[in-house]
Amino acid sequence: MSDYTTDEMMSIAAARALKDGMSCFVGIGLPSTAANLARRSHAPNLKLIYESGCLGAKPSRLPLSIGDGELAETADAVVSVPEVFNYWLQPGRIDVGFLGAAQLDKFGNINTTVIGDDYADPKVRLPGAGGAPEIAASCREVFVVLRQSKRAFVDKVDFVTSFGHGSGRGDRERLGLPGAGPTLVVTDLGLMRPDPGTAELTLTDLHPGVEVAQVLEATGWALKVADDLRRTPEPTEAELAGLRELKKAGE
Amino acid sequence: MAELVSLADGVADLVRDGDTVALEGFTHLIPVAAGHEIIRQGRRGLTLVRMTPDIVYDQLIGAGCASKLIFSWGGNPGVGSLHRFRDAVQHGWPVPLEIEEHSHAGMANRYVAGASGLPFAVLRGYSGTDLAKHTATIKPITCPFTGEQLAAVPALNPDVTIVHAQRADRDGNVQLWGIAGVQKEAVLAAKRSLVTVEEIVDELEPRPGALVLPSWAVTAVAEAPGGAKPSYAAGYYDRDNEGYQAWDAVSRDRDEFGKWLAEVAA
Repeated sequence: MSDYTTDEMMSIAAARALKDGMSCFVGIGLPSTAANLARRSHAPNLKLIYESGCLGAKPSRLPLSIGDGELAETADAVVSVPEVFNYWLQPGRIDVGFLGAAQLDKFGNINTTVIGDDYADPKVRLPGAGGAPEIAASCREVFVVLRQSKRAFVDKVDFVTSFGHGSGRGDRERLGLPGAGPTLVVTDLGLMRPDPGTAELTLTDLHPGVEVAQVLEATGWALKVADDLRRTPEPTEAELAGLRELKKAGE
Repeated sequence: MAELVSLADGVADLVRDGDTVALEGFTHLIPVAAGHEIIRQGRRGLTLVRMTPDIVYDQLIGAGCASKLIFSWGGNPGVGSLHRFRDAVQHGWPVPLEIEEHSHAGMANRYVAGASGLPFAVLRGYSGTDLAKHTATIKPITCPFTGEQLAAVPALNPDVTIVHAQRADRDGNVQLWGIAGVQKEAVLAAKRSLVTVEEIVDELEPRPGALVLPSWAVTAVAEAPGGAKPSYAAGYYDRDNEGYQAWDAVSRDRDEFGKWLAEVAA
């Protein structure tokens, strides 16, 4: 096995979570890298949907933004932004929403709005909601991908931009949200899934070479660890080659 | 019928101090030249509206043209933060900026209601989020048929909407293709509209999938070749990704931004 970085392991683990034939609503950055890698490797029929109105985009390189011309040129269809949200996302036609986050809490709630308690006088102003609240509400399930740190993985997010599992199992149903919410979190250290009973994120998989203590140290709450903790299989040569080719083509 | 005007005259006639102004464009076809003309003409107290305020809004905010921003995602796409926007929100520089914050779906539906001549739109999003707590233009509403709890958002009807397109003919019919974002809805929702175009042609050749804004739905059309740069115009030029990256350094520093502003305003 050749050397690889923790970021490469994260992108590959995220790509593996996407199955062939699925439709996937893709955010820019890490989610887009993973979704494009999946489509170029084990999931050639993955339908990539971008909020710029590109349905079934087949870019040959990593798009630099969700409105990259390459996405429109290779898409099955280009539709208006109201159509993307009203006809495709809101009725729950999309299998997976793939999101990043600035902060994520133990119930999978996402903050991309402000850091700090005071919305009117924030410590850091972030970009805001974009398409994420509707993705989190309406996709059949949501995968979140972000690098693990105490700053990002917090007990409670400063601002709920996109609803995960609220304060526990049953909150989504009470609010009438149609999708299952976050079912998987992929980081550079491992995978987390919501506990079937409480919906609290639980460490279920460790990436190669990572120890549990390392993950606990990088999490801002007392992270629960699954009894049957698994090891992520090492990246294959083909996966690494595919990812590096994709990254190179994007430069 | 749309009038053919120069960019300077179009902005002078249609954009007034204190107006609610939407410059729409979703990564593609962003009306940057028109934004710079607003800066040159020194408009003040604008309420700027846009789903994805990017660097031209960072420039308008830094130049002190805006007192309020209605938006759903403010960033430099593929690069990072908007530093002039952050400076205005966090430090009130050069003037305080009030914000009204939505999701993309909320903004898109507000334009749809505006274009439809309806007072509000309904959507399922926002449930459980903190957005509704801080944004007065998100209210709960009960479906009169099923009892389902949904979110209502009021129509957006800008005083003026400005968009950029590829072509117009001499009668002022506008043709736009590629990623069309929310431009049609934003133009139809507005009281007045200005469309800048790459070129004015004698006759518009039909193009599959192209959007046409008929002359009678537009107030004015101005020729502005390259008017979307550093964003792109499909069929004319590509996105200048390095231009977006370069903005990061200029916008991080008030003095560097001041030099940029002096050049644009000259």
